Amino acid sequence: MFPTPVQKSSPAVRVGYQAFLPLALFLWLLPLIAVMIFSIKPDVDFTTGNYWGWPSSFEGFTNYGLVFFESAMPRYLLNSVLITVPTVIGTVALACMTGFALGVYKFKGNLLIFFMFIAGNFVPFQILMVPVRDLTVDMGLYNTKTGLVLFHIAFQTGFATLFMRNFIRALPFPLIEAARVEGVAEWRIFVYVVLPLMKPAIAAMAVLIFTFIWNDYFWAVVLTQGPESQPVTAGITSFNAQYRAAYHLMSAGSIVAALPPVLMFFLMQKHFIAGLTLGAVK
Amino acid sequence: MTISADSYSQTPRGWYKRNEIAITPWLFLAPGVLFFVVYVIAPIWQSFGMSLYDWNGLGDIDTNGTYVGLENYNKLFGLNGERADRNFQISLWNNLKWLVLYLLAIPLGLFIALFLNQSVRGIRLYKSLFFFPFVISQVVVGLVFSWFYLPNNGLFTIMTGWFGFEISGGVLGNPNTATYGIIAAGLWPQTAYCMILYLTGLNAVDPEQVEAARLDGAKGRKMLWYVILPQLKPATFIAFVVTIIGALRSFDLVSIMTGGGPFGSTRVLSYYVFEKSLSERGLQYGYAAAVAVVLFMIMLVFISYFLWSMYKDERGARS
Repeated sequence: MFPTPVQKSSPAVRVGYQAFLPLALFLWLLPLIAVMIFSIKPDVDFTTGNYWGWPSSFEGFTNYGLVFFESAMPRYLLNSVLITVPTVIGTVALACMTGFALGVYKFKGNLLIFFMFIAGNFVPFQILMVPVRDLTVDMGLYNTKTGLVLFHIAFQTGFATLFMRNFIRALPFPLIEAARVEGVAEWRIFVYVVLPLMKPAIAAMAVLIFTFIWNDYFWAVVLTQGPESQPVTAGITSFNAQYRAAYHLMSAGSIVAALPPVLMFFLMQKHFIAGLTLGAVK
Repeated sequence: MTISADSYSQTPRGWYKRNEIAITPWLFLAPGVLFFVVYVIAPIWQSFGMSLYDWNGLGDIDTNGTYVGLENYNKLFGLNGERADRNFQISLWNNLKWLVLYLLAIPLGLFIALFLNQSVRGIRLYKSLFFFPFVISQVVVGLVFSWFYLPNNGLFTIMTGWFGFEISGGVLGNPNTATYGIIAAGLWPQTAYCMILYLTGLNAVDPEQVEAARLDGAKGRKMLWYVILPQLKPATFIAFVVTIIGALRSFDLVSIMTGGGPFGSTRVLSYYVFEKSLSERGLQYGYAAAVAVVLFMIMLVFISYFLWSMYKDERGARS
């Protein structure tokens, strides 16, 4: 193990390490701790200049109550769910199929199509911006959740295909051959042999795409406007405009907006990290 | 295999059955490829075409736009007697700053990963909490950092005040510091990402090699450089890929924290494209498309390198 385990070091180093850990964490998460404290502060703290000190009174319930019951926040949150969940389902479905095709079969153009997915995935969003917006307008889907979902599915399929294909590549191929020898139809091999083995990959993709789409801001701004279809990331900014300099409310709103991906990460940590670190170990 | 070949030839089947293995992959690919081509590949070409027009985005580009050839590019680069676009130069220059400084996330991430690669009580929780910033939306990160940088009341401003520094207008209000302030905010989640890549990599480092090197007297920095880092190469490659992409995608933070200001000093290409087309100051769609093409070409250099590396791996895996 590298670096040398602290257990093998002198007691002073060991104690020092254990003591430094929480301090380092505190400094690292200082921005987050600050928003949390902001979100329970009363308005008056900001007018009196007590930005970074202890709250003069606990106003957590008032602030969060305002966010939940008197702002458009719940609406934005619902939109985010209605955008994110269909995208996750759609992307995973498409990518399981493309990953299966590219991972199992040898045919001309296999690598070319695979590289098209990878390359497309790295493209800067701005070169797609106006054509995708025009396409969405032409389909009558501008400022709808459907328009956003369709684009997200298409774009995320690139990354998800990369993941699924490499995952399927690592499965034992004799299993598929054995099924073929038995005369099992190819689509049945997909459904009954490959798909059950892909559960961990599907879980990893689902949490990752959930997080990416939940946190998307750019496309939300390009393809939607207004609380009827905008997700929470875009909602936060209009919230921002509405409560300018109301830091306690903006903080409470930000925390509410950030919570779902955070929960997702904690609940599915193993899959999340497996997805993100794909290829980091050979 | 021979058995299955025989059984195929013995039983006469329909056309589909005979060609099943050749057709199936295309059936499975069709929906994904269709989506991807319509929404990703075709728009790239459309933007290329659009960059040759003068178009205000209204109506159809063929009827309402005027074909101007390379005129938009001449304006960008100051060719053919045009004056070079100052804002474009600023954006390009800022993108370069982003690219270079964002790469700091890699050594920083490695450093934190080495710090956390211990097996003391509760270390798992520490690792996930250190990873936290990556899970949070850049919109929230941008908001929080802009409060840190507030003039007078920002924590950063107060802290630099202790050391006698004062940045007039605050970090984000001062054209000389604003871009660096945004990059610092971006480095926070990006470092967390690189850290998790390296933690995974360190987990897979061969303990026997480490022990062998230790017996040979390798320690500390030497051990890191000659024994550990070579084994972390795949992690470093991925960290490099995601950091470069992150740097060139720096739209959200700029948009949230400064909106390109003060005096347009924090513009980057991605933001400039948006500004020139969809914002109220924009409506120069052809020109914006030309900027997007330039950004795409910069990215293409990196994409080609990534694909080339992956291609080498693929070939290596097959032989």
